[in-house]
Amino acid sequence: MDHNKKKAYLVNTVAVVALYLVFFLLIQTKTMNNYFVGIAIMTCIMIIMAMSLNIVAGFLGEMALGHAGFMAIGAYASASFSMVLIDSGLPLPHLVILILAMTVGGIVAGIFGFLIGTPTLRLRGDYLGIVTIGFSEIIRIFFINFGPTGGAAGLKGITRLVNFHNVYWVTIVITFLIFTLGRSKHGRAIISIREDEIASEAAGIPTTRYKVLAFSLAAFFAGVGGALYAHYQSFLEPSKFGFMFSIEMFVIVVLGGLGSLTGSIISAIVLTVLPEMLRSFAEYRLLVYSLVLIIMMIFRPQGIFGRSEFSLTAFIESLIQRKNVKNSIGGGEAS
Amino acid sequence: MKKRVVSVLLVVMFTASIFAFAGCSTSGGSADVVKLGFIGPMTGDAAIYGSSAEEGAQLAVAEINAAGGIDGKNIELVAYDSKADQTEAINAYNRLRDQDGVVAVIGGTLSGETLAMKDIMVQDNMPVLSPTATAVEVTQDAPNVFRACFLDDYQGQAAANFAATTLGAKTAALLIGTGNPYSEGVSEAFKMAFTAKGGTIAGSESYGTADKDFSAQLTKIKEMNPDVVFVPDYVQTVGPILQKAKEMGITAKFVGADGWDGVQEEYADAAQGNYFTNHYAADSPSETVQNFITAYKAEYDKVPNSFAALGYDAVYTMVEAITAAGSTESADIITALKATDHAGVTGTLKFDEEGNPKDKEVTIIKIDGGQLKYDSTVVNK
Amino acid sequence: MNLFLQQLINGLNVGSIYALIAIGYTMVYGIIKLINFAHGEIMMFGAYFAFIAATSFHLPVWAVLLSSMVIMAIIGVAIEFIAYRPLRNAPRLSALITAIGVSLFLQNLALIIFKPDPKVMPKIFPETIYKLGEIEISSTTLITIGLSLFFMVLLDLYIRKTKQGRAMRAVSEDKDAAILMGINVNRTISLTFAVGSALGALGGVLYSVAYIQVYPTMGVMPGLKAFIAAVLGGIGIIPGAMLGGFIIGMVETMTKAYLSTTWADAIVFAILIIVLLFKPTGILGKNTREKV
Repeated sequence: MDHNKKKAYLVNTVAVVALYLVFFLLIQTKTMNNYFVGIAIMTCIMIIMAMSLNIVAGFLGEMALGHAGFMAIGAYASASFSMVLIDSGLPLPHLVILILAMTVGGIVAGIFGFLIGTPTLRLRGDYLGIVTIGFSEIIRIFFINFGPTGGAAGLKGITRLVNFHNVYWVTIVITFLIFTLGRSKHGRAIISIREDEIASEAAGIPTTRYKVLAFSLAAFFAGVGGALYAHYQSFLEPSKFGFMFSIEMFVIVVLGGLGSLTGSIISAIVLTVLPEMLRSFAEYRLLVYSLVLIIMMIFRPQGIFGRSEFSLTAFIESLIQRKNVKNSIGGGEAS
Repeated sequence: MKKRVVSVLLVVMFTASIFAFAGCSTSGGSADVVKLGFIGPMTGDAAIYGSSAEEGAQLAVAEINAAGGIDGKNIELVAYDSKADQTEAINAYNRLRDQDGVVAVIGGTLSGETLAMKDIMVQDNMPVLSPTATAVEVTQDAPNVFRACFLDDYQGQAAANFAATTLGAKTAALLIGTGNPYSEGVSEAFKMAFTAKGGTIAGSESYGTADKDFSAQLTKIKEMNPDVVFVPDYVQTVGPILQKAKEMGITAKFVGADGWDGVQEEYADAAQGNYFTNHYAADSPSETVQNFITAYKAEYDKVPNSFAALGYDAVYTMVEAITAAGSTESADIITALKATDHAGVTGTLKFDEEGNPKDKEVTIIKIDGGQLKYDSTVVNK
Repeated sequence: MNLFLQQLINGLNVGSIYALIAIGYTMVYGIIKLINFAHGEIMMFGAYFAFIAATSFHLPVWAVLLSSMVIMAIIGVAIEFIAYRPLRNAPRLSALITAIGVSLFLQNLALIIFKPDPKVMPKIFPETIYKLGEIEISSTTLITIGLSLFFMVLLDLYIRKTKQGRAMRAVSEDKDAAILMGINVNRTISLTFAVGSALGALGGVLYSVAYIQVYPTMGVMPGLKAFIAAVLGGIGIIPGAMLGGFIIGMVETMTKAYLSTTWADAIVFAILIIVLLFKPTGILGKNTREKV
């Protein structure tokens, strides 16, 4: 690993741990009460959802409007699994059960991502978008009718395995994984398909395989997000995973910038925290969202971050450099 | 590049400051106020239930405060809109508990949302008195959860008794809203009681909660030609059903449950001559009822429906318990609630071991000329 | 048998409404290759304006319908001008996202202006029940199906026989060639939106009379289903939208009547998926190749 990369890893790790310690202190001293911890947990989950959607919408550049469906699959699968596991009486620590549940949720969702993606990804643009809505709705209606998971009344009594501490680290890990994916050979292949599919095909990249891979990975992480959601809310209802929720997640990714993970993170934070803070303006929230969306598309369609990422290392360096430059110029100048 | 960096910093700082700032806010308010929480749908399809119950509750709070409050302390009712959404309800409850520091909760209004909040409420041992949630499971295995209204199986039974005995119906068709624990629960009880009385269920149709097109189901029901059609659901669903049925020329009598209260406002024509089970009748000669109606009319300029009446009774009951307990500790309030004996607008309220009212009367209301008229009283044996 | 015919009529009723709305989708897609997600909201506002016309102004039936259609035609043109025209040359994804934005915006605007409690649409059509042998059909149903067919025929004539209609077809086929032929593309597109929105508004009014309630999110599901109908029939092809509308209406009603009420929507979505996977150009569509 070259020197720069090592530095980058170090800086980022320090920042991540520092941030965690800040939250840890806030929680321990009860400065942050349950209500806010709840918001923080939901924010982390939405970050995961936004980043996973970004794999398809950003890296691959396809309109995936059915993301809520994969979240639902992950949520229900993991919840059913954990309920069975806990009922069986095996004395496993909660963390282990959570990890297993997340894996189950992710894998089941990923499998469906594969099954749905394979035939669907032959379509393009608008058609793909509509078909993903269709599948998502079918999944939702399935859960409404599926008795064993409570049907329309929902699934209750899921053990709350999620707390801020584990969800924070899961989010960090997933961020790392998706970031790495974006920088990897596979990630670059996926991005090249976005740029020019026919050229990529001509260059020897198996486009269908990569498209399905992107779709399945997005579904996998959505499933993990769903599992976390289930084990935090303690109950699930199918109506939560409708078309509107998919659109909300899509809006988060678009506003942050399709292809920018930092954008997704920031956008998810702002768009999860702000509505809670501005509860009194809840009526106007979606109105403002949609206006912002329209204005964004007309004036800055690449979103706030476009396709670039925020690099903490580069930022710190630029700060250091500016100081050095100021010193060398000899001070006294208003900058 | 620099601009972007600055904007990122701003966003991060902004978010962090929101957390820090808001995290520091105090809860509970001053020591001179006793805070009660209220949760119900105030917007959306079910808005009438939440807003009416809240109005009744607020009226009670105003009256109690005017009479000196609880040992000189004023009561404040903090109300949040659940939007008939289970997740919203849970968030609202968390907010009430953490941000507002309420000592007890009057809520939820709908069965669905109450069931959603149940687990956390039990975990917190929060004293809860739901004015209007009728689903059976609401109070099961929940020693801190009580309700002021009769249960779904109770009113389903009453409806069946009424249909079989008073209306003399031999056959009945059911029209059920799937995924709505209220609709499903009451229909189930009706079915059992009706068949127990010797009646036959001609058939059962269902619709999804978001469905607005009932023509297919009603066509089938018309074909069955039942004496009575039982449709326990909320006003905004029942109204269109009744209207469509009338349009199709279905002559059977329609019977409903307490969710019908309010249907006479916009759907008077379609609802003409039909019946439903309710918690009280506005034209009852009882003095308690009439006093309540006068006070409510003076405040809100309309006749109260049963949800307002239940909200009113619920607050009085809770306040009586807090006063009797002499403290705002959860355990004390719950003990006091168990011993409740309150003569309210909707009847006498005494709780059994489950937290449900004992032997409450079911009033049958007939919709006539756009008005709700008292028809009869049913007491299940 | 009677029950079956009765359900068939139910299907025709809702199908004709879907057809009217589907036409709006298909016309817009045909001319600028955009799925106008906001079309469902145009239908919804059409219903609201009719509601206002009927309850606040007590206008006669024909005025209620006309005013709603005209107002929505204007609003449709305005939406195109403000939100879609700036993105005429932008990537499809941006335009689509904007359409979603407009849809959300209109829904929430209605929510704020009209409040979420459903309004009851007054009975603006005479209410009688006609009997054809054993079958009963209400006047509302007859009027719905009748009006829909009338306007569909009218539209078909317009497209085939008038200059503007030909212009619309020309721009749909090849925008650049149409410009070279001297067609004012902007005006033609505006006209398309106007006509599509007017029909969508009519669909909204008929829907609210049939299903009684008017509320801000009433356009979401019917809009989606009408879109599926347009795709089924062949997106961009007007007779296809009509055909698709009736088929979807039938399928939905028959599923509710004979299979299951809760799976009806899922089956409609399944149809969409199957069509798109196996014959994306729809029933009446032709196959096109993609140029490199």
